[in-house]
Amino acid sequence: MTRAGILRTALVAVAAGAPAHVRRADHRPGPPAHYALGRPAATEEIRAMDVTVMPDGIGLPAGSGTAVQGAAIFRQRCARCHGPTGVEGPFDRLVGREPRQGFPFGRDASLVRTIGNYWPYATTVYDYINRAMPYDAPGSLKPNEVYALAAFLLWRNEIIADTATIDARTLPRVRMPARDRFVVDNRRGGPEIR
Amino acid sequence: MSDQPRRPRDAADLTRRRLVAGTAAAIGLAMLDRGVLGQAAAPPVHSRPLGRSATAVGVRAPNERIQRVVGGALHEISMTPLQDLHGIVTPSDLHYERHHAGVAAIDPHQYTLLIHGMVDRPTVFDLAALKRFPAVSRFHFLECSGNGESAYRNMRRDQSPQLVDGLTSTSEWTGVSVATLLREVGVQPRATWFLAEGGDAGLMARSIPVEKARDDAMIAYAQNGEALRPEQGYPARLLLPGWEGNTNVKWIRRLEFADRPFMTRDETSKYTDPLPNGTARMFSFVMDAKSIITFPAFPATLTDRGWWDVTGLAWSGRGRITRVDVSTNGGQTWSPAVLQQPVLPKCHTRFSFPWKWDGREAVLMSRATDETGYVQPTLAQLRAARGTGTRYHFNNIRAWHVGGDGSVTFRVDG
Repeated sequence: MTRAGILRTALVAVAAGAPAHVRRADHRPGPPAHYALGRPAATEEIRAMDVTVMPDGIGLPAGSGTAVQGAAIFRQRCARCHGPTGVEGPFDRLVGREPRQGFPFGRDASLVRTIGNYWPYATTVYDYINRAMPYDAPGSLKPNEVYALAAFLLWRNEIIADTATIDARTLPRVRMPARDRFVVDNRRGGPEIR
Repeated sequence: MSDQPRRPRDAADLTRRRLVAGTAAAIGLAMLDRGVLGQAAAPPVHSRPLGRSATAVGVRAPNERIQRVVGGALHEISMTPLQDLHGIVTPSDLHYERHHAGVAAIDPHQYTLLIHGMVDRPTVFDLAALKRFPAVSRFHFLECSGNGESAYRNMRRDQSPQLVDGLTSTSEWTGVSVATLLREVGVQPRATWFLAEGGDAGLMARSIPVEKARDDAMIAYAQNGEALRPEQGYPARLLLPGWEGNTNVKWIRRLEFADRPFMTRDETSKYTDPLPNGTARMFSFVMDAKSIITFPAFPATLTDRGWWDVTGLAWSGRGRITRVDVSTNGGQTWSPAVLQQPVLPKCHTRFSFPWKWDGREAVLMSRATDETGYVQPTLAQLRAARGTGTRYHFNNIRAWHVGGDGSVTFRVDG
């Protein structure tokens, strides 16, 4: 018998001789693996809530759009905050490829981060517009409209042609200029300042 | 009917009657005391007007007009008045705010949290179900990762601790451990990340590594003993101790487990850190050790020479603060401050440094060290590591200039 086994046997023997209430305390169960709280989520319910779009295109709905279609929607729904061409503001500037060389954002606080010069994944354009835009009526755009706006913004940023159709198949294949600039956090605590 | 003797309707009525009787007796005694036939005597020195009644909900003393400062073009931030607070807990109504689509109004009876994706049992929890799990309560700071930018660039002499670093606050948070929920839904071994999505208008979403969920993540439904404030995510939020505020998703409505991150806007376009070498750091979750002196600090003035308590807050997203050093000569020499108890991991820690002001100019600084041995860097050190264009994680040493007249201003020359 192992030492732990001997100890266990001894404890059981002691507990057996103890009053009932002490024995119960000795054998109080730990937390259960499951509390069986909550209720199963129905597939339809998940589908209704799950708006996620991933970089490989999982989650993109049926539908499509082009830059020409997107230009009209942008004028109506977006230009008031982002400017007539996505450059002027007053809120986030969406369009611009400067600087053309390098990725000097860490050295120059005056550079404006746009979809064209900073965003690493084209799918994020769809995901974010679909979630959160327009600011005063998020969730009000239909898939075709979101695709069209994504096409318009990618075209304005000189990443796709004005004739390109953006849909669930083509959007994940759009390669963004800043795609390879991102690295994982290497801070680990300790004396080094990173 | 009418011959029934009138009875006190309740205990309060009875109490009122006794008070009236008692007061009449007291007046009688007072008349006797001053001598009914003599002149009125001056009231005794301990005389005080009767205080007001108890109230259902208390309010601050009229002279205590502490408040947040609201900012941002869309009024999307408010800052905690650090210079007006004591100890480590931030009153819930003064906790800083940062939201991306306004303060959501969620009906607690309609609220649900959906957990799905790479889990064995996709499950919906309502608020009552969440509260049936064993509760955990912990004190933790929250900090917007953009907090302190005005200590890094565009510095101003006339900024208070609230305007420098008011996007951090500490609360006692109560909720259910996310690790408990992971067991409940049976998260699959392949799952390495989950999406945390809020129920605000913009469905704010961040990807979080599953290790954090297994470590100390919490779905919090209470703050400082009561339900969360609406602006803190009522009725429930994700709490990731020590991690940048944005990842602590408020009005949490959905956790989706996957084998890779989702690359949302707020972890690509925003909340990434371009570095001087032409790369940009992603998923820079942890808030490094930091401290700020909250007194003396602008707009306070030292009214006299002599002893003053230099005090402030220190915190680290990696664990406990182990020491805070204070310099009164702009960093030439440092002396350890006293850390007030409690000193808790990933929580504001109050420090105190008794200082005898001799009436001459001085530059006050604080420097925090955490349990990993990380020492809060100087502005020059941080700029060398991060460059001048960085937007988040401004944890460099802050300095206050004390003038010969006792005025205190933020030091803008690094």
